[in-house]
Amino acid sequence: MRSKIARLGGIVAVGTALTLGLAACGSGTDDASSSGGQSDGGGATTLKIGFMGDLTGENSALMIPPSQGAQLAVDEFNAKSTGVKVELVKYDSQGNPDQAVPLAQKAVTEDKIVAMVGPGFSGESRNVGPVLEQGKIPSVTGSATNPALAENGWKYWHRVVANDAIQGPAIADFLVKAKSPKKAFVIDDAQEYGVGLADAVAQEFEKQSVAVERDKIDPNGSDYSSTVTKVNAAKPDVIYYGGYYAQLGRLLKQLRDGGVTATVVSGDGAVDIKLVEAAGKEAAEGAVLGCPCLIPFGSDVPELKTFSENYKAKFGSDPLIYASEGYDAATAILKAIEAGNTTPEKINDFLATVDFKGVSKQIKFGPNGDIAANIIHVYQIKDGNLDWLGDTTQAQLG
Amino acid sequence: MNANSKTHSGNPLTSFRRAVGGLSDGVRDRWAAAPGWARWTGYALLIALAVIAPHPAIGSFMAPDSHWPSLLFSPIGTFVLLAVGLNVVVGQAGLLDLGFVAFYAIGAYTMAVFGTKYGWNFWGVLIIAIFMTAISGIVLGSPTLRLRGDYLAIVTLGFGEIVRITAQNTDYIGGARGITNIPHPPTLFGVEFALDPLPYYYLLVAAVVLVVIVAKRLERSRVGRAWEAIREDEDAAELMGVPTFRFKLLAFFVGAMIGGLTGAIWASKVIAIQPPNFPFILSATILAAVVLGGSGNLPGVVIGAFLVAWLPERFRGFADYRILIFGAALVLMMALRPEGLLPARRRRNVLGNGENDAGAAATESGGTTASGDAGDKEVAK
Amino acid sequence: MLNDFINQVGPSTVGGLSIGAIYALIALGYTMVYGVLRLINFAHSEIFMIGAFAALFVIMKIGITGPLTGIALVGMLLLLMLVAMAASGGAAVVLEQVAYRPLRRHGAGRLAALISAIGASIFLQELFALVIIPEVFDRPSQGRIQVPVPRLLDRETLLTIGNTEIRNDHVIIIVSAVIMMVLLDVFVNRTKIGRGIRATSQDPETATLMGVNIDRVIRTTFLVGGAMAGVAALLYAMELENLRYNVGFLLGVKAFTAAVLGGIGNLRGALLGGLALGLIENWGAIFFGSEWKDVIAFTILVLVLLFRPTGILGESLQRARA
Repeated sequence: MRSKIARLGGIVAVGTALTLGLAACGSGTDDASSSGGQSDGGGATTLKIGFMGDLTGENSALMIPPSQGAQLAVDEFNAKSTGVKVELVKYDSQGNPDQAVPLAQKAVTEDKIVAMVGPGFSGESRNVGPVLEQGKIPSVTGSATNPALAENGWKYWHRVVANDAIQGPAIADFLVKAKSPKKAFVIDDAQEYGVGLADAVAQEFEKQSVAVERDKIDPNGSDYSSTVTKVNAAKPDVIYYGGYYAQLGRLLKQLRDGGVTATVVSGDGAVDIKLVEAAGKEAAEGAVLGCPCLIPFGSDVPELKTFSENYKAKFGSDPLIYASEGYDAATAILKAIEAGNTTPEKINDFLATVDFKGVSKQIKFGPNGDIAANIIHVYQIKDGNLDWLGDTTQAQLG
Repeated sequence: MNANSKTHSGNPLTSFRRAVGGLSDGVRDRWAAAPGWARWTGYALLIALAVIAPHPAIGSFMAPDSHWPSLLFSPIGTFVLLAVGLNVVVGQAGLLDLGFVAFYAIGAYTMAVFGTKYGWNFWGVLIIAIFMTAISGIVLGSPTLRLRGDYLAIVTLGFGEIVRITAQNTDYIGGARGITNIPHPPTLFGVEFALDPLPYYYLLVAAVVLVVIVAKRLERSRVGRAWEAIREDEDAAELMGVPTFRFKLLAFFVGAMIGGLTGAIWASKVIAIQPPNFPFILSATILAAVVLGGSGNLPGVVIGAFLVAWLPERFRGFADYRILIFGAALVLMMALRPEGLLPARRRRNVLGNGENDAGAAATESGGTTASGDAGDKEVAK
Repeated sequence: MLNDFINQVGPSTVGGLSIGAIYALIALGYTMVYGVLRLINFAHSEIFMIGAFAALFVIMKIGITGPLTGIALVGMLLLLMLVAMAASGGAAVVLEQVAYRPLRRHGAGRLAALISAIGASIFLQELFALVIIPEVFDRPSQGRIQVPVPRLLDRETLLTIGNTEIRNDHVIIIVSAVIMMVLLDVFVNRTKIGRGIRATSQDPETATLMGVNIDRVIRTTFLVGGAMAGVAALLYAMELENLRYNVGFLLGVKAFTAAVLGGIGNLRGALLGGLALGLIENWGAIFFGSEWKDVIAFTILVLVLLFRPTGILGESLQRARA
């Protein structure tokens, strides 16, 4: 009996300790979040805009620039605005749909955001879309390029970049014009984004009667020797890779070591200067990258120049991939708020009619939420730098 | 292997182990000694707790950085159901399965394919999904269950990867794109199944209650005793006339069905599924939940699954470090209490005295070594 | 189809043997630990990862940025190999002390040890992603992004047979792996502690009675198995020139498959299993495409186990002599 009481005492003690510990942790985090949160004591209304994307995960390099672009737009708005203030709440989904959905539910039901910039990737967009649709929260993504997203009949969804169904054929056409290849080898990473882009490119090549051979690589693997062997056997004139820069870096290095000299081309997932680091300077040289994004590398166009300078002043780095699109996506929402729309529904109505010259392009949405202007830009690695060659209609391969 | 265990029994780790062990064993012993009515009240209270769990007041403490009702459905609810299923295989029959996620995937894909391509009703597909996974359990089991222990582990791991990669490379089921626009279940008793996670959560609670009752029944039946015999000593069980292969297959069959059920319900909620939803690490996490809670003991397994699903979400505030802490916690927990938080009673009797009695543990390791050697001799012939 | 095979079989074989040699070296760690403890050392893949990063650390400290030649190359590779072996071997011993020994002391089941191993594996990966890569390798907030390894060795074709080029890096990998295997075989079969390892894997109880210091045997097993993973890590870093926090995972799964394929607990089986797995994957990719590599590997594993339930060469360390 005694021992039983002792045990019970132990249970209570440990239980209390645990509860206290948890409570302590809980209040700690609560304080942290609330201090950053609704501090609208001054009388002016503060509206919340969400930003959702991969901020700490594997592909965060693609999402940090647009999050900063959006932040810049919001800060500029707050500096100008005398009445309504806007707060940008960041939701780090790590690009994972399973994490994104609860965060979106929280954004809609608890944080009561009026609009969202993002989600950044297509996979999370597809799962988050219905949640925002039901909550009647407008969203503008600057980087989710899957064409199918526009086919869901969503009324609150918008994007400010051209989709993969446009990017793929545009870059294939460009290559046919620039290189007149007889045979192309199309590789992808067996993931949704990479396969979608690779399929679009392969179809366009075949339409233009370029012979196509294909293979896939394992994005988690490192040894791509079997793919290199296949490429060497096929002797293609041009190689297209659908996927992200990390895997392209490894693949490029092994292709060049294996004696493959054909031009290697990829899409927006690979537009990152780290490609040079991953592949090595020699192997990366001459790689061509297509992207619906506009990266203002030392551009003289006034809007781009101002944007670049402001961005650099604030974040200490040049605006990289999708920074200008993130800025434009947030600006579209902020224009709605500026015009006196403070409810999600009204902001959404305003977005349907918005038409302004953004940093990256003219911002005007079609009825399905897709951007009206379909521009694909071409970049090339030259001397270890990423050079902007212009859009597909005017770019010349060096 | 346990030659000098006695010399170390005085260290602080050991005393802490004893304290933790005494605590949770106390809970379990009291529970076992409680009269029938008290236990029924206990069950009723647990179900009542599950019913009120989504309340925002609870949520604000349980998940300040995320959306609590969503978490209750997935990962918490799905982990609990998966863990109960895996417990049949690992905890009851003692078969090390590292590819349990395969059944979850097959259930989810069945729901997605029949729902989108044929437009079948949720309840109909649910039954098909359970049936399909049961078949896949047998397909996996019949060639591999003749293998012993760790061979089974690598083969099941391989099976999990085969299912995922095949889904990724098969265009009929969407390939890497997966399947989208999976229909939600039809309205039931006036409750609409749409985006709100609550109805799905209650559906899962109902499934968990049902599955736990079935699992408990099985455990107490002839089947459960056969599984226990196989788990403790397969050779002895075979000698005593237990048809071990058939019972092992049955364990796979039952475990697979529960995995498939979970996958199907999950798929009907999430709208879209893709191959990367079913990684190996999910199998490992569910296995960790089973062992952490107490392999073979249902309440322990449920608690283990709850903790494994909930703690990383609870400590979202720590951002990335939560996974690091999770890894360290697994190592620490196994050092403190290798048999799990609430171990099975009978198993505890075998293992638990190990710290005082090197012999008990030696029997265990000796037993496995002996069976390994027996395997050798078979080959030598 | 046949045409494809004829065109690709040569290069595929070279590629398959190179990656297979790396699988084999990692497989040794799994097979030795399994032989002695009947434990799947799940964190062995992270032991490999630690060795690879240790080599990279030294490369960065010395400040190598371009390929080396001649005596400098040989010296550097040997030095890096020693560093990687020491780091991996040391990490394996620490892992054993922290994650397995306490469990063994208390007679916990092998299931608990497996979970402890999985926990250690997660912990080590996250430790590198969150702390070591950002801090030690000076890549803040890029812990999950791959780290490039500077080129140590310029690729040169030594021999061309038909369309098959045999490069110097392939030769270095395969020859190093074979040398290491021979040394290990000698160690296990000819030394006193090697005898202890064999005795323990045969029958731990009797070995104890015969005066074998089991703790020392286990420590040595982890040390030697870890060191072999260290060799694999250096060869991997030299060949593929990129590392990441989870680089070990896929290799670990493959290496474990190789160990089982060859007959777990059997040293020569690990070599055979590794090379066989590398070849099967690459040959299979010719017919089915590279995306089916893993499926082919696991299917062959199941088929082999069905007909030879203990792998190609059979179980257990003590039979290595046979």
